[in-house]
Amino acid sequence: MQYAFTTEQREFRAVLRRFFGQTSPPSAVRRLMETEAGWDAAHWRDLNTQLGLCGVHVPEAYGGMGFGLVELGIVLEEMGRALVCAPFFSSAVLATNAILNGADEAQKQALLPELVAGDKVAALAFTEPDGQWDLSRVATTAQQVGGAYRLTGVKSFVVDGHTADLLIVLARSPGSVGQSGLSLFAVRGDAGGLTRTPLQTLDPTRKLARIEFAGVEAELLGAPEQAAGPFAKTLAQAAAMLANEMVGGAERLRESALDYANLRVQFGRPVSSFQAMKHKQAEMLVDVELAKSAAYQAAQAAADDQADLPALASLAKASASEAYLQTAIHTIQIHGGVGFTWENDTHLWFKRAKSSEVLLGDSTWHREQMMRTWADYRSEG
Amino acid sequence: MTTPTEATVRAEIRDWLAANWDPNLSLVEWRGRLVNSGWGAPGWPSDLYGRGLEPALAAVVDEEMRRAGAVGVARSGARNLAIQTLLAHGSDAQKRAFLPPTLTGQYSWCQLFSEPGSGSDLAGAATRADLKNGRWIVNGQKVWTTSAHHADWGLLLARTDWDVPKHAGLSFFLIDMRQPGVEVRPLRQMNGYASFNEVFLTDADVAPEHLIGELGAGWAVANTTLMHERSHGDPSAAKATDSGGRKGRAYDEEREEIAIATEPYGWYPQRAGRVDLVLERARETGKINDPVVRQEIAKLLILERSAKWTALRARAGLAAGEGLGPAGSLGKLVGSHVARAAARVHTLISGADAMLAGAEAPRDGIIAEVLLSVPAVSIAGGTDEIQRNIIAERILRMPKDPGIDTNRPFRDVPKNPAQATR
Repeated sequence: MQYAFTTEQREFRAVLRRFFGQTSPPSAVRRLMETEAGWDAAHWRDLNTQLGLCGVHVPEAYGGMGFGLVELGIVLEEMGRALVCAPFFSSAVLATNAILNGADEAQKQALLPELVAGDKVAALAFTEPDGQWDLSRVATTAQQVGGAYRLTGVKSFVVDGHTADLLIVLARSPGSVGQSGLSLFAVRGDAGGLTRTPLQTLDPTRKLARIEFAGVEAELLGAPEQAAGPFAKTLAQAAAMLANEMVGGAERLRESALDYANLRVQFGRPVSSFQAMKHKQAEMLVDVELAKSAAYQAAQAAADDQADLPALASLAKASASEAYLQTAIHTIQIHGGVGFTWENDTHLWFKRAKSSEVLLGDSTWHREQMMRTWADYRSEG
Repeated sequence: MTTPTEATVRAEIRDWLAANWDPNLSLVEWRGRLVNSGWGAPGWPSDLYGRGLEPALAAVVDEEMRRAGAVGVARSGARNLAIQTLLAHGSDAQKRAFLPPTLTGQYSWCQLFSEPGSGSDLAGAATRADLKNGRWIVNGQKVWTTSAHHADWGLLLARTDWDVPKHAGLSFFLIDMRQPGVEVRPLRQMNGYASFNEVFLTDADVAPEHLIGELGAGWAVANTTLMHERSHGDPSAAKATDSGGRKGRAYDEEREEIAIATEPYGWYPQRAGRVDLVLERARETGKINDPVVRQEIAKLLILERSAKWTALRARAGLAAGEGLGPAGSLGKLVGSHVARAAARVHTLISGADAMLAGAEAPRDGIIAEVLLSVPAVSIAGGTDEIQRNIIAERILRMPKDPGIDTNRPFRDVPKNPAQATR
């Protein structure tokens, strides 16, 4: 897609919308969000055996479908729309891209096929308890003991970190600072010295964990102390993909608000006939459509590996953060009292909007990131 | 006669230009040749100043005209609105009377639609036309009339029947602007420019043959005009045939014509916010290093970029046969958001200098002009409020407000105080 999706991409989207419409109705979201794991194996298997979604963007050499990040963006937009509860963003987006960007060929051959098949799930352990998304803030250390690496430190806000079979971890050489000395590691989920604690989250549809590493054995991925570049790219891709997930949720909310306003009658008229309601809906359409445009541009930049991917990903993430939350706030308001009840589904998306607003950096942070790279940004006039 | 092909059309227009185009002719004389030969509007029917060519072949004529540097017929701005309205609704006699002198540029036009009492509610026009002794006598006031002081003729929307609902009582006329009953006064705007006029009509005279379309069908005719007004783009962007300064009387006269036509629009780029100046200004003032200002600049750039991409998505969707989609109707409203955000950011960047205007002010007063012109963008050409109604009703299919003005005689509809006394 530059500005329009191809016929094949539109058909792909239609298939996904049907599939998630059937497999992830709000009742399923409510059931899974109440579990500690946050997802179930049967649904995950269907998603992978029927559609092969974990490999959409992975080259065929590793068992994937060989499409790109535009197609992955479509998957995320549809998942965000249906609020799919599955370790997809953690495993297929964050961890898989970290491996694709940072591991060597033999490691990719060894790790990716199982992730692509969905037989194993991985999580990306990056942020630490200070909640910073800047990789220079990583403090977890990797000590080389003999031929092996041992990790010590604490990671937090790890998406699906408590259920992953494999952890991809960013850590630094002892004594290094900033962006130097950073290396990428793979750690088995059942490794000794690992303590994984699920966090109580505001958004029950996105599970987070705190992971303590007490001298945990780890496999170095790629070259030592060279992770900063590939990891920054992984984060930019992730921000672009998250923006696509977010606009899917925002559009769903916008539509549900419109449906409700058309249905609800007060003062003898559908409330949608009141100008206050119409003007709010018009602005909601503006917010969502603009955020969609930005998310699609970022996905395209990621797919083409453009030099301005970091700026565009930050632009899209900042835009989606504002638009999703604003749309969620309007949607509750339009539902009135019922919108504040547990029974009404709006709060499920509201909570996802809130967690997505902050995950990978809030809009203020991304706007600053965008400004830092704007000088290199190609103006399209 | 054989069917024209690209080759025959190209050969024919080249021969004709070689024999007829002379930059030293007066503009009117040259355009007269274009009109009489049909080469000025080659896509029009051959019995109506054209040559009946399909669009692809008409484009070949345009291409050859440009190649020869030949000036075209007058078809921009209000002239185009008059031409399109006449083509769609004019009688044969009206087309023959008005199209040739319009195409040659002899007649210039203005549009007399908006009134002090009916802006967004255009169909609430209260200027009246009464038939007396076989002539239409017009009384009322129009406003926001571009170039009325240059115009020979006006496109007039006036009420001819007060006892039917508002849309049904309007008629459309061509009115001679050069008569004692028409008084044009410049309307000074808050940014100091006077790009528009007020037009006072006091017992102004309209010949019966200058009614366009049926009596009472003026609203449909006016909608044709409005449709073309919305689609013709930015009037400040009009360009001469040759901006390189070629010599010749026809070129000189065309440059003069364009200068008159674009003169009211010098501030239009400023009313859109001049986002293009933001980063340069932030660098030259050092505000680029202020984290608060950086946030606001980023918000503006995100908005402006996303707006452009959204417009491109709409266009691509249209080309792919998906229709314009919701994205296509958002542009006007989003443009207001961008302009307002830009004015805010320019103020942040300029600091105390934002209090200045004129030659001593930032960018020779251009920034001040931005600050004083942006309020127009959310009003002109359909207010933000009307745009939101359009988006809600046409795109989101939300129900219309229950109207109280369309189901009774216009005479009984509540009006503004000034109109009610009439």
